[in-house]
Amino acid sequence: MNSDWNKDLKIKFTLQDPCQLVRKTFGDEAAEDMRYVTKKIVGEENFIDMTPNKSNNYCCGGGGGFLQSGLKEQRRQYGKVKHDQIMATGASYVIAPCHNCHSQIHDLSDHFEGGYHVVHFWTLICLSMGILGENERGHLGPDLEEFGLD
Amino acid sequence: MEGSAIKISGKQKSAFLNKVKELLPDGGNLSACLTCGMCASGCPATGMFDMDPRKFLRMAALGLDDEILKTPWVWACTMCQRCIYVCPMKIDVPQLIYNARASWPRDERPKGIRGSCDAAAKVDSGSAMGLTGEMFTDTVVELLEEVQEEQEGFDKLQAPIDKKGAHFFVNQNSREPQMEEDEMVPLWKIFHTAGVDWTYGSRGWAAENYCMFLADDEAWEKNVRLKSDMVKELGCKVWLNTE
Repeated sequence: MNSDWNKDLKIKFTLQDPCQLVRKTFGDEAAEDMRYVTKKIVGEENFIDMTPNKSNNYCCGGGGGFLQSGLKEQRRQYGKVKHDQIMATGASYVIAPCHNCHSQIHDLSDHFEGGYHVVHFWTLICLSMGILGENERGHLGPDLEEFGLD
Repeated sequence: MEGSAIKISGKQKSAFLNKVKELLPDGGNLSACLTCGMCASGCPATGMFDMDPRKFLRMAALGLDDEILKTPWVWACTMCQRCIYVCPMKIDVPQLIYNARASWPRDERPKGIRGSCDAAAKVDSGSAMGLTGEMFTDTVVELLEEVQEEQEGFDKLQAPIDKKGAHFFVNQNSREPQMEEDEMVPLWKIFHTAGVDWTYGSRGWAAENYCMFLADDEAWEKNVRLKSDMVKELGCKVWLNTE
């Protein structure tokens, strides 16, 4: 597992620290683990952290049942904080290791026309190992949709 | 973003106030709040429904039970705990929110959250999308066969279900089997490549639990027990929840 695939592409990635995983459960240690993996698979120079981050990160607005609460307008207003954080990184991909975060940030990108994609770790790990199948790329952008396929 | 002034009128209630007291540090001294506003200034929900974490806490301290127990703001707070993280007194505002949610009549809580909790209670999987164990098993088995046949180097790929004594019990969010099943494959490949000993459960495989968000303790516990019973039954050592 390495970041050679991204040496020339130089695609930029940022990382969402899920509240449940980091602040509420395992703390900064888990946040550091995620950064270790991220840097290994996309390259250190292609990882751009949000500010603030780790245990001090902002919730994306997808948690606590917000996605199912019927309060769409408020949920997006809440998520604007996250959207602005992401836009400030300039990254074209957000790694979201939580399903609520994944759904919410996906919606934020669509709604505010941020243009960034949202991916799981499992997609990038397999991509970096050259074992990501062609049907397993639903969340990748056009730049990686066919990357590494024969 | 400035909210309206808090007006105190009529008889003050104390039920919720007492609950607040039990939750605050140092024996529940309500004066623990320094009113510094660190919580409110860093909360993305500040200003919605004319509310913020500090205001909510202060209103609880003032005994304005009627007002705080009916504000829809409790459904806009995600209980993310950033307010606790920045609070010099570590006051647990999210616990207040949870208890305020729980005080709502169940049928008046958001329909979407309630529906997801109720759907999960009806099936053996705990799935908020109502997917049964049988449906999940069929999806996994069929998809696995397809990958084994079609993808080079993965003819021995495994996606075990109910493998007794496996080290890891892995939950799967319903979104994948229901809406984008191919997203499960990369996870299987990583486990396979790393030589991980893991299993899904034919029951209790769903990762999500909306009953917690609904603040329905009984249904929440039932959902968790469905899953933990499966972990115990299979004798797995580690329970991995992907959410």
